[in-house]
Amino acid sequence: MGGRVLLIEDEPNIIEAIRFILSRDGWAVDVHSDGATALEAVAKRNPDLVILDVMLPNKSGYDILADLRADPETEALPVLMLTARGQSKDREMAERIGVSRFMTKPFSNAEVLNSVRELAGQ
Amino acid sequence: MLSFNLLVGVCLGYVCLLFLVAFAAEKRARAGKAGWLRSPVVYTLSLSIYCTGWTFYGAVGNAARSGLEFVTIYLGPTIVMIGWWVILRKLVRIGRTQRITSIADLISSRYGKSTSLGVLVTLLAVVGTTPYIALQLQSVTLAFGVFGGPSRDGNATAVWVAIGLALFTVIFGTRSLDANERHHGVVIAIAVEAVVKLVALCALGVFVVWGVAGGPGDAAQLIEASPISQWDMQPDRWVTLTFLSATAFLCLPRMFQVLVVENSDERHLATASWAFPLYLLLISLFVVPIAVVGLAVMPAGANPDLFVLTVPLAFDREGLAMLSFLGGFSAATSMVIVAAIALSTMVSNHIVMPIWLNARSGGATVSGDVRHVVLLSRRISIAGILALGYIYYRYSGGGAALAAMGLIAFVGVSQVLPALIGGIFWRGATRIGAGLGVAIGFAVWLYTLFLPSFGEGVVFPASIYEVGPWGIWLLRPQALFGIEGMDPLVHAVFWSLALNMAAFFIGSLLSFPRPLERLQGATFVNIYRYSDSTRGWGQSFVEAEDLLVMAQRILGAGDAQALFVRVAAEQGKRGYLPDVTPEFLDLLERELSGSVGAATAHAMLGQLTGGVTVSVEDLMRVADETAQMMEQRIQLEAKSGELEITARQLRDANEKLTQLSVQKDAFLSQISHELRTPMTSLRAFSEILMDSEKMAGSERKRYSSIIHDETLRLTRLLDDLLDLSVLENGQVTLNTQPVTVSAVLDRAIGATQSRDEANSLRIIRERDREDVTLVTDPDRLAQVFINVVSNAQKYCDAATPELRISVSAVGDRVVVDLIDNGSGIPKDSQSMIFEKFARLSDQRAAGGAGLGLAICREIMVRLGGGIDYLPGQGGAAFRVTLPQALAAAA
Repeated sequence: MGGRVLLIEDEPNIIEAIRFILSRDGWAVDVHSDGATALEAVAKRNPDLVILDVMLPNKSGYDILADLRADPETEALPVLMLTARGQSKDREMAERIGVSRFMTKPFSNAEVLNSVRELAGQ
Repeated sequence: MLSFNLLVGVCLGYVCLLFLVAFAAEKRARAGKAGWLRSPVVYTLSLSIYCTGWTFYGAVGNAARSGLEFVTIYLGPTIVMIGWWVILRKLVRIGRTQRITSIADLISSRYGKSTSLGVLVTLLAVVGTTPYIALQLQSVTLAFGVFGGPSRDGNATAVWVAIGLALFTVIFGTRSLDANERHHGVVIAIAVEAVVKLVALCALGVFVVWGVAGGPGDAAQLIEASPISQWDMQPDRWVTLTFLSATAFLCLPRMFQVLVVENSDERHLATASWAFPLYLLLISLFVVPIAVVGLAVMPAGANPDLFVLTVPLAFDREGLAMLSFLGGFSAATSMVIVAAIALSTMVSNHIVMPIWLNARSGGATVSGDVRHVVLLSRRISIAGILALGYIYYRYSGGGAALAAMGLIAFVGVSQVLPALIGGIFWRGATRIGAGLGVAIGFAVWLYTLFLPSFGEGVVFPASIYEVGPWGIWLLRPQALFGIEGMDPLVHAVFWSLALNMAAFFIGSLLSFPRPLERLQGATFVNIYRYSDSTRGWGQSFVEAEDLLVMAQRILGAGDAQALFVRVAAEQGKRGYLPDVTPEFLDLLERELSGSVGAATAHAMLGQLTGGVTVSVEDLMRVADETAQMMEQRIQLEAKSGELEITARQLRDANEKLTQLSVQKDAFLSQISHELRTPMTSLRAFSEILMDSEKMAGSERKRYSSIIHDETLRLTRLLDDLLDLSVLENGQVTLNTQPVTVSAVLDRAIGATQSRDEANSLRIIRERDREDVTLVTDPDRLAQVFINVVSNAQKYCDAATPELRISVSAVGDRVVVDLIDNGSGIPKDSQSMIFEKFARLSDQRAAGGAGLGLAICREIMVRLGGGIDYLPGQGGAAFRVTLPQALAAAA
């Protein structure tokens, strides 16, 4: 246990919930709330896993994911995507870009925790 | 003595019967049940208009005066019917396939649609027919005279007869404009008259032979004893008269009318070829006995022309005399009617219409206009022709023998013969030749026969017959070129036709036909070849170059040349001139139709190729078509305008629908997002609370309050959605009442401040200007103000946030401006802040669902006003506008 998770999300209550769940399990959780500077946050924090929202201010989650996959440094970085937009075309879009796992809000806490554990390599 | 009044009554009754017969026939023909109306028998009987009043009265007179010479009058047509079958059949075929309407039309068409030839032949026909009509008037008048005694005014009778005939002809001859110029009613009427005159003459003959002479043997003895048996044949006169009557049979306008124009089936000619000679035989059978008996029983000096009437009267056979009278009346009227129809067609088609069309050229011709003019011109022509006949009757030597007048007319119309026969058998005949021949023959006839017929001293002074005009001895009217001793009639026939033919041949040989003339010539001469091709364009002798010239005029040089090059290339030829194949002509006709209309295109091509000629009816159709095309173009333009508008409306509607559909999708997606976000928090924290039993009390309280807040947020969102939905689509019940702006603002500000007391937004108001009374829904208006004020509370980023509210009344509208002192809304976002879920993303933290301003906009629309963003005010600035009194209907 004890990997680093970067949570890119702008909804305060959701941030608080995820932080609580993961911290309780022993993960170090960093939070970033702006889309435009998300890539810099990833480079700076060097997380084991990124949890990424789709509807972010200034830059969408899809764009951030595409940029991550285009960079050799981060192309294999596990990314768990959470979105309130639950249509199948959103899932297809994310999978085409190269998401590691795609989850629809509202999610179950256990599911998120399990996904993080699996994706972060434990 | 038979009462004159009774005679007039019988006459009128007979005319009424003819009217009825004609009406019935027209009705049947109109109903498409022509059937027996067009049988060979009727056709044959209609040919009997050849036997006019002249034949009826004059043949007996002629026999009494000149013995068997009258036979020539019947011999000519018999020879034509039996021997000149080839000419007749060709004439009928040409007439039918080329839609010929008169003899003038035939001559004019054959010689390249020559207008001048048409006019010339028409004039000739009018001049040649006028004496003939006069003759009929005279015969009827004389017949009346026999019954009414010498005291009766002959001129008055003639006037009434002329008027009656004009009426009948106008009624049945110009009822409709048939492209084929067929007159069912008239044909049936003259067929009935043909039967009446045959029956009358035969009845009289039977009476004379068996009733008076006492049997055929006694009749033969009587004839033997009479001067007629002493008759010596004059070979020159005999041949001349036979030839003349044969010619007249072909050339007389009225004969051409019944023979060619009214012919509905070429095969009828076969029946007529034996039936008509038989008719002539029957009608001439008793001429000699009647003449002989008349000479024997009537006092010396009695007019032999009237023997058919005076002989039965002398034996007190009044019924028979009446029948004879009706026979003669029939003969005279049928001739006049058909002649008037034929002549009026010619006059109107060849003289009136060309002048009228010329005068009207350039102006748009309204459909129906032309027909009206044609009918009118025909009616006037008919009246004019009968008037001419009457005038001639009145002023010519009224005493001249009937037969002489008839013969004079025969010679006149026979001048058409060379041009006619030459035209259909000799391709080399030209317009110049035909024109010269007809004109010279016409002139010679006028000079040697027609004008002298008025009597010495009437037109020419007596001296001219002795020494010639201006003393030129060679030009004496009845002894041209010094050849004397000939019978004047033979003399006139010889010189007029000889000079006519000479001019025709020499003129034709020395002149070159125009292309159209050559084509028409080929068509007429080779009519069987042309008319056998039933559809499309048959073989043609047209040059591709002629077609190109025409096509260039219509399609424009570039398009026409491109078309010709293309067709030539398809045929494997280089250059601009393809072979003229029927397929090419079809293609060209279609191309031309696009530019000038189908009838015009067909007419033009037809003229060039010689396949079809253009009649006045064609021209009328063209004129109609032009008018229709103009009309249609106007309608089309209007329609295409309408269509364009409709298409645009549809396009707009479609765009709106697409937009709506996209908006709906986006809206649902947004709602989904807005609902899922609070639900995510609810689920996450409720799960946390469920599985974390050893949680600190403060933490538990905090998470519970998050759940509480998110529940409120969801409720608010649903409220807003319902509110918006009702505002957008549903029936909104407005609770209108008078209220001051001040009161509404108080309420709104109170509501916002009570909700969030921590907020330090300072509101600046100008209470003295707020005392404006409105009639509106105060709750809804307050809702709008609450929205704007709470937005200012949430988003105003100034250090000491302020909201300035100012009220003004402009006319009957009230304006409320709400301006804060923050940084305002970025310019590129201003246009979308009133859209649903347009919450600007960096202000999400404020917790609204993004529906507030959309709801405001809908409310203001309902209140008859609006809410707008006012740019350039420093901070965020909203202007609410609304009417002082909301219309009750809203």
